[in-house]
Amino acid sequence: MSSALKINKGAEEGLRELLKFLLEKERVKSIFTLRKINENGTVGYSIITDSNMLKDAVPLFPLMPQNAGKSLSRLTMKGHLFEPIAAVVRPCELRSFIELVKREQGSLENIIFISITCPGTYPLEMSLDGDIIKKLPDYEEGIKKNNIISDIRPICRACEHFIPYSADMTLALIGKEDIDKNCEIFLHTEKAKAIIEGMDGELVDRELETQEVKNLRSKREEEKRKLFKEINFEGFGLSGLIDTFGRCIGCHGCNQVCPICYCELCDFDSRDYEYEPSTYENELKKRGGVRVPPNTVLYHLGRLTHVSVSCVGCGMCMDVCPADIPLSTIFLKVGEEVQKLFNYIPGKNVEEAVPLTKYEKEEFAEVED
Amino acid sequence: MKDEFEPRIIGFLCKWCSYAGADLAGTSRLQYPPSLLPIRVMCSSRVDPLFVITAFLRGADAVLIAGCHPGDCHYQEGNYYARRRFACVRKVFETLGMETDRLRLSWISASEGPRFANVITEYTEKVKKLGPNPAKKKIFL
Repeated sequence: MSSALKINKGAEEGLRELLKFLLEKERVKSIFTLRKINENGTVGYSIITDSNMLKDAVPLFPLMPQNAGKSLSRLTMKGHLFEPIAAVVRPCELRSFIELVKREQGSLENIIFISITCPGTYPLEMSLDGDIIKKLPDYEEGIKKNNIISDIRPICRACEHFIPYSADMTLALIGKEDIDKNCEIFLHTEKAKAIIEGMDGELVDRELETQEVKNLRSKREEEKRKLFKEINFEGFGLSGLIDTFGRCIGCHGCNQVCPICYCELCDFDSRDYEYEPSTYENELKKRGGVRVPPNTVLYHLGRLTHVSVSCVGCGMCMDVCPADIPLSTIFLKVGEEVQKLFNYIPGKNVEEAVPLTKYEKEEFAEVED
Repeated sequence: MKDEFEPRIIGFLCKWCSYAGADLAGTSRLQYPPSLLPIRVMCSSRVDPLFVITAFLRGADAVLIAGCHPGDCHYQEGNYYARRRFACVRKVFETLGMETDRLRLSWISASEGPRFANVITEYTEKVKKLGPNPAKKKIFL
């Protein structure tokens, strides 16, 4: 059981009320949240200090225009914030930020995290032409019925980490039948309890991990199995890699949006990957043909080995891929397997070091020969 | 005899132990197959997964990483990190249905000339059985 603030307003409105309260009572100096850019379903992350601007805030809008973990990292990379800010983020975005903090690419100082039990988001391409606005009633219906919402991103359909691990507050959405009438905001930390002091609403004791949450988790596990089956990882092999990554156009969009791929100077963007004509000629002599541009398989395998240990499965890579490569499914699967090796859940706990930065003296005897 | 497949193994050998072990095998005049292409690195932990993948995709039949025995690292702990990283690359290979037998991590100290010769002989035999790396004939760089 944990304590929660029950507000007699719908989820979106209740959350906006909370944000307004925090700003007006100066419990925080600013709010980091999704905000409407137009009426057509285009949204972006903004920082707001003026409570009048909150009317355009759409903290629950089911779209991830970018991974907020990456945005927060840009905000705090060169030093922590001096004044408190409340950030409304999805669980996977929070996890990516934690991973970035572990890599000294951001600071948690003075950030209050408000997260949700996440029903998922729609693909980025649906943010055009008001498609998501049309889908909103379906989305709400799906939450109430506790189904996997149709048309959300495949990675969201298969996501089991939809309960935030280290948020200060969590707005419960999953399986709430009356989210248009009232909402519960769970208060996980003392900091959270302190800043909502005086807010309208009733303090109640509730369980975040409800039966509905368990049901949805098992539905999503099933969905994940299906998703993995489609790729057929056992029979993947080199031909699978070439088939799948062969259509990569080399735009490197996936590494640009990936929260874990944080290197300022990516090896793959360097001139080291431009070759002398003689290199091409040598390869041609050996193989009788060379792909242009080269190195697509190398690039993706390289990214897999570098990123998999911390991949939170946020799905941004697939969202931006112009060639429709099922990147997020592959990264999710490989990520899971690698993370299992180290018994590690990325972004769960900021105190837990990234596995590749530590070691045990006696381990992995099975990989030595 | 001429057509027999001779594997080419790319070996990343740590300067302090395994490379010296290779030297010792040579000065001791131990016989082992000429299949290894040694690359000296300052520490086994210097080997980025990218080195391994690059070698593999460019057509190396196998990739060997060799370093000091655990506890003997010249830099105290480099080989422990190398081992974790290797486990990670191996898992990526395994998950994607690629042959993990083409990757090997071995600890060979500077005094283990005979062990060096053994590892190379034994691994060459194993890779021979695996056959040539299928990446050799694929059209990508």
